[in-house]
Amino acid sequence: MSWINLTALWKIVVLGLVAGAGLPAIFGLGLLALSKGGRTQTAGADSDVVVGGNPAGIVVAAFCFLVVLAAIGWGIYEVYQIGHPAPK
Amino acid sequence: MNDFLLVLVVITALGFDFTNGFHDTGNAMATSIATKALSPRVAVGLSGVLNLVGAFLSLSVAATIASGLVDTKLVTLTVVAAGLAGGIIWNLLTWLLGIPSSSSHALIGGVIGSTIAAAGGHAIQWHDLVEKVVIPAGLSPIIAALVAATGTWLLYRISRGLTDRARTHGFRIGQIGSASMVSLAHGTNDAQKTMGVITLALIVNGTVGAKASAPFWVILACGLAIALGTYLGGWRVIRTLGKGLVEIESPQGMAAESASAAVILLSSSFGYSLSTTHVATGSIIGTGLGKKGAEVRWSVAGRMATAWVFTLPSAAVVGAGAYALAHVIGGTAGVVVDLVILLAVAGLIYVRSRASKVDHNNVNDDWTGSVVPAEPEPAAAA
Repeated sequence: MSWINLTALWKIVVLGLVAGAGLPAIFGLGLLALSKGGRTQTAGADSDVVVGGNPAGIVVAAFCFLVVLAAIGWGIYEVYQIGHPAPK
Repeated sequence: MNDFLLVLVVITALGFDFTNGFHDTGNAMATSIATKALSPRVAVGLSGVLNLVGAFLSLSVAATIASGLVDTKLVTLTVVAAGLAGGIIWNLLTWLLGIPSSSSHALIGGVIGSTIAAAGGHAIQWHDLVEKVVIPAGLSPIIAALVAATGTWLLYRISRGLTDRARTHGFRIGQIGSASMVSLAHGTNDAQKTMGVITLALIVNGTVGAKASAPFWVILACGLAIALGTYLGGWRVIRTLGKGLVEIESPQGMAAESASAAVILLSSSFGYSLSTTHVATGSIIGTGLGKKGAEVRWSVAGRMATAWVFTLPSAAVVGAGAYALAHVIGGTAGVVVDLVILLAVAGLIYVRSRASKVDHNNVNDDWTGSVVPAEPEPAAAA
């Protein structure tokens, strides 16, 4: 008899890194892209304005945020599926 | 069949669920409150609602908690009631001390203790207990810390180009999302555990069949109990997690919460009913390790780890004692005496907590070495 399910363990570690560290990193990239442009520089270090006004940056940011939202939505859907097995 | 006893057990179980909620509010919301991403009031309200939603989201953990660990044929309603009493008392004591200990371990420990007292050690599935509870409890904070440290390092590296204020502002928004996910995950996990216990009581009493899943009213009642507990907020535990372990900035908060949500949801999909508390604590320590120059207060972490080691056995001892007392008195009267004592102890702990109040006004005061702020400031700072 086994004490540790190694297959489950490495899956939790790898998927945990992808979802738990990767998704916030993508969100961070989105923030960075969003801030590209002239305004943050002119507004100075005190500004808490995140949107820089660069159209390409905004598009990239929107894409990043969509990826994060889609991943969360998919995750919730998976949890629901596992938690409500179809009656056989 | 003893419906009066069953009602008592269900009420006690809901009482446990309530302590579970307020003991664990901090797991989801401590970091958001500490970084001011959410005001304390809004944070506990949001977390309460999402716990209720989470209770309906997944039912996979519900059946495993009690039936997977003890031999259900040897369990009686008295055993369940005594086990719950053990869990509640441990939860209240650790809350008074501001220690984020595992509500799941308190519940499991209490039920195991009362089962051993009633039927002996052979009624416990020891191998399952070690494989499904003890080993994951040791590993999960380490995995959570690894994920959170990686996330923290990535976030600070990526956001180097942002001004400090823009970074704080941006990641505070992200934190609202990640903290919400932890609350949701908490509902899918911890509300399930009480559902499992109530379902077990219903099965033991013959009210529902042996293979029955949790009836709708049980899901609803458990969801509401944990949501209400969460909303009232265990400010002492929130303070220890948010201010005591690591001084947290918003990127760290988001990294910690994302790591917690991912590890909890993944593990429960593999059938491990983890302690959300262990995961959240591991994540917060991880954010301290992942940021250059951040300091982890290992003395606080050490105190918590000690409490974790003692949670299972201590709750078991209380559960066993409660069973022994109820058994000596006998029948329904024994359980009633147990519950009266439980209420008295809970009342005493509550009175004791009023003497050194921690609430939404002083939860974010500077950490001066203890959970109770050095000088309680007037409410003006809210």
